[in-house]
Amino acid sequence: MIDRLNEFFFPKQVSTFASDIDNLFYFIFYSSVVLMAIVVIGMVVFSIKYRFKKGDKVRLTSSKDHDNILESLFFIIPLILVSITFVWGIRSYLKMIIVPDDAIEIKVTGQSWFWTFDYPEGGTSLNELVVPSNTPIKILLSSKDVLHSFFIPVMRTKMDALPNRYNIMWFEAQEEGVYDIFCTEYCGTAHSQMAAKVIVMKPKQYEEWVKELGSGDDDLPLDELGEKLYTKKACNTCHTLDGSDLVGPSYLETSRMWGQTRNFEDGSSAVIDENYIRKSILEPQSQIVAGYQGVMPTYQGLLSDRELDALIAFLKSLNDK
Amino acid sequence: MSENQNINYLNHPKGIMSWLLTLDHKRIGLMYLFSGIIFFLIGGLLALGMRLELAAPGNDFVSNDTYNSMYTLHGAIMIFLFIIPAIPGALGNILLPLMVGAKDVAFPRLNLASFYIYSFGALFAIYTIVNGGVDTGWTFYTPYSTQSTSNVVPMTLGIFIIGFSSILTGLNFIATVHKMRVPGLTWYKLPLFVWALYGTSLVQITATPVLAITMVLLILERFLGIGIFDPALGGDPVLYQHFFWFYSHPAVYIMILPAFGIISEIIPVHSRKKVWGYKFIAYSTLSIAFIGFLVWGHHMFTSGQSVFSQIVFSFITYFVGIPTGVKIFSWILTMYKGQVSFTTPMIYALSFLFLFTIGGLTGIFLGAVALDIHLHDTYFVVAHFHYVMQGGTIIAFLAGLHHWWPKSFGKMYNQKIASLCALGVFIGFNGTFFPQFLLGLRGMPRRYATYSDQFSELHTYSTFWSTILGLSIFIAILNLMWSLRKNNKLDPGSNPWGALTMEWTHTSSPPHPHNFESDPVFTNGPYDYDKVIVEPTLKK
Amino acid sequence: MSHNSSSPDFLHHHFHDVDQQYQTSKFGMWAFILTEVLTFGGLFVAYTVYRSWYPEMFYDAHLLLDVNKGMLNTIVLISSSLTMALAIWAIQKKNKKLSLWMLVITWILALGFLGIKYLEYSHKFEVGQLPGIFYSYMGPEVVNIDNPHIFFGIYFIMTGLHGLHVAIGMGLIAWLIYLTKKDKLHSDYYTPMETVGIFWHLVDLIWIYLFPLFYLIG
Repeated sequence: MIDRLNEFFFPKQVSTFASDIDNLFYFIFYSSVVLMAIVVIGMVVFSIKYRFKKGDKVRLTSSKDHDNILESLFFIIPLILVSITFVWGIRSYLKMIIVPDDAIEIKVTGQSWFWTFDYPEGGTSLNELVVPSNTPIKILLSSKDVLHSFFIPVMRTKMDALPNRYNIMWFEAQEEGVYDIFCTEYCGTAHSQMAAKVIVMKPKQYEEWVKELGSGDDDLPLDELGEKLYTKKACNTCHTLDGSDLVGPSYLETSRMWGQTRNFEDGSSAVIDENYIRKSILEPQSQIVAGYQGVMPTYQGLLSDRELDALIAFLKSLNDK
Repeated sequence: MSENQNINYLNHPKGIMSWLLTLDHKRIGLMYLFSGIIFFLIGGLLALGMRLELAAPGNDFVSNDTYNSMYTLHGAIMIFLFIIPAIPGALGNILLPLMVGAKDVAFPRLNLASFYIYSFGALFAIYTIVNGGVDTGWTFYTPYSTQSTSNVVPMTLGIFIIGFSSILTGLNFIATVHKMRVPGLTWYKLPLFVWALYGTSLVQITATPVLAITMVLLILERFLGIGIFDPALGGDPVLYQHFFWFYSHPAVYIMILPAFGIISEIIPVHSRKKVWGYKFIAYSTLSIAFIGFLVWGHHMFTSGQSVFSQIVFSFITYFVGIPTGVKIFSWILTMYKGQVSFTTPMIYALSFLFLFTIGGLTGIFLGAVALDIHLHDTYFVVAHFHYVMQGGTIIAFLAGLHHWWPKSFGKMYNQKIASLCALGVFIGFNGTFFPQFLLGLRGMPRRYATYSDQFSELHTYSTFWSTILGLSIFIAILNLMWSLRKNNKLDPGSNPWGALTMEWTHTSSPPHPHNFESDPVFTNGPYDYDKVIVEPTLKK
Repeated sequence: MSHNSSSPDFLHHHFHDVDQQYQTSKFGMWAFILTEVLTFGGLFVAYTVYRSWYPEMFYDAHLLLDVNKGMLNTIVLISSSLTMALAIWAIQKKNKKLSLWMLVITWILALGFLGIKYLEYSHKFEVGQLPGIFYSYMGPEVVNIDNPHIFFGIYFIMTGLHGLHVAIGMGLIAWLIYLTKKDKLHSDYYTPMETVGIFWHLVDLIWIYLFPLFYLIG
């Protein structure tokens, strides 16, 4: 019953403090239901019992306008309820901010419009945060440009990513699975597409995953690697594969125009070839396609040469499919 | 009485210039009213557009950029061009001098200037709409707002200018309440709407200058890069949030206090009963206005401010909650042993009690720091402030509009249609915004043009009911306007509700150009239904 | 009706009597002063925040301001406050001529203040001690300072807004001179002079805070 109710109101409880926060919610919720019931019953009863009926005469009404005992109750009962709420809210909050000493520290960077995760063992992932279960994770949060906010509903925690200082949050996942991460501070055109996933693995699996990170893709063919990178490096936030427009031009469109001339916002133009694609990824502001906004961040330092080659190969292959 | 019905402020003096250059608070109030309603309708259409886009996941109706622009304009227009000026500017202007027995507000010329400053600011907002919108959200958070290529400057400039209009109105009202009361009308005999306007005005003259400064700094940041808010230049975006919310939290009370005032008028009149806990309601208005200045940090629970600030702001936040709660109980108890008529204003007032209680209670969830961290910037917040702003302020505004419409125009609207619309608004409103609480709890972030499939059922539901809400409000306004036509036969008389405040008992409907034909003499308290019988004059 | 033939022509129709009108105007002005205090209050907060973040920078950057001109301006503005008060005293004592003279002197002092301010500003424009991205001064004193553009940003905003108040005050004083000359103001009715006087003292007071905060750090 409680689980069913919890499913109705909340996403899964995955972090260690989630159930505590949900219980705080239920406490306020049930208190509110009671107060609300008093309000509604009072309203309905008084308005119907003392209604002005047809044929009634306008008369002088009661001059009663205060009742000390009743009014003290109105003060004292809510005061007790909000005091409990306040203390509970603060106690749970302290649990949410005191990071256990043995936490794994992962650096999270927000950037319009994707998340970068740097692991302590070295290695970086984009839009996929992989963490071991039953291990405290400390998130060191910042932003490269505007404000973002890092929100993991199943963990019941959230923190703003600021460009000029670090914020810290932590959680400990109790259940393996793949869960949503959202950006909750408005950050421009593709704010609503700035989603990522947190993948909770068994600690053993996580160790293997981290080891493989950055080394595991060497044997893949270029275009397959490119297809993987397309989602992994968050290209899909702004570029589609089906020819439709999102924030930037579709890969398919560019692929179809291979060898043709593309016009830019500043009036110049260039032929679409490998060098053009490479430059567009590394220095996106230098060539803004006419009709689009120059909002893409640079991927300098985020992609190896082989990964760049892979993306170019993948884009080229789209037209053949 | 038949003689002075020929001469009233609506028909005397005549001519368009006599309206444009009028110093009469009632006419200025009407000009505010109609411009406010126009912006209300624009804001409402934007909202319906947004609901349409959100009916299903994906970009089916508009693009990301258009959606971002729509929600920003919806917020900015509703707050700065409608809610903040509409109740004090329209209902306050029309009623305040009448209620205190004055011939006009203290500074009539400033009053007119204030309307034109508002109009001038509104031009910038219209320019912004025509020129492609602005996409930062009505909060204009830096550094996004210093970088965005949309019309940030015209919009913030417009808000800056409208701020002055707000300050002048506030000044005028404070001076009027202090110095223009008719002899015998002591502070404790003032109608509660006057107390509410007084509290509102205090907040207006003290908080608005800080907003003005914030907007100026933001504009200078864009033009000169002064580096106050831009981290790249040594500034701090969180400082912007402190500045902005130092105004904008009190601004919430600029928006809700007049609504409290309206409800405190309507419930006693339509229950024909002395208001419960007069002094408490009056003082809590002032204390809420004051405490409102100390809680701005609860908008920043996820910004990384110090633990100490989190605790203090959470603590003080609850002190706004308690007096508000007691007010709700006072309004309910007012009906006790009264004679309650289910008129249109009363239906709106009852739905205010229901909706505002939900709005207030959900504020308690958000005040608890641990829970706010999950709910912050999700649809729970969206639902919460719509329950307060629309379920509270706008419902109260509609209630007030229906209550004082016969006073302002001497015409009665079709009450059956009006009451049906009031029910439609109530049902449509709950259908639209209640699902949004659930969306927020389940983790749906706000300001999203598209969303993942898990949220689609509740969004669809919300969109469906929003059409009922929009339609009901539209018909309600149409119904009011329809009553103004020449051959309207519904005669409200001069006191259709049997009210006891001076604007009903001492002058005709619509009032004389100088408010009262002769110097009014204060006779009875505003809620003396236990001492005086006033028959309603409404002819059906 | 209260506005019958016996009421004086300066009484607006919506007031009962002269006293109510006088009290109301004065009250309105004081309420406006509260607004003004909050306006500058916001900027003082910004000043305090940045000074606490960059105390050394504020100290080093303030050395670039001209203390002598600042001091002179302080004296000029305090004197003008005195002459403003004298103008009100004179009109109460029915001395129209003295009142006029005092107003004119106040006006000239205000102009003097803006003149000195102009000299200060133009020097800063020449050497590039400007707010934000326009800051270009790279003299030997500032080589080691972080973000001096913030100091000058706040300096220009606060003194600029104050200067705007002085300019508005000059307009109001000119209006008072006109009214006094035309005998619209006299010992029975000098409310505008009194309210503008309150405003002018506020402008003076703000400068008395600005001067040490910018010119005398240390």
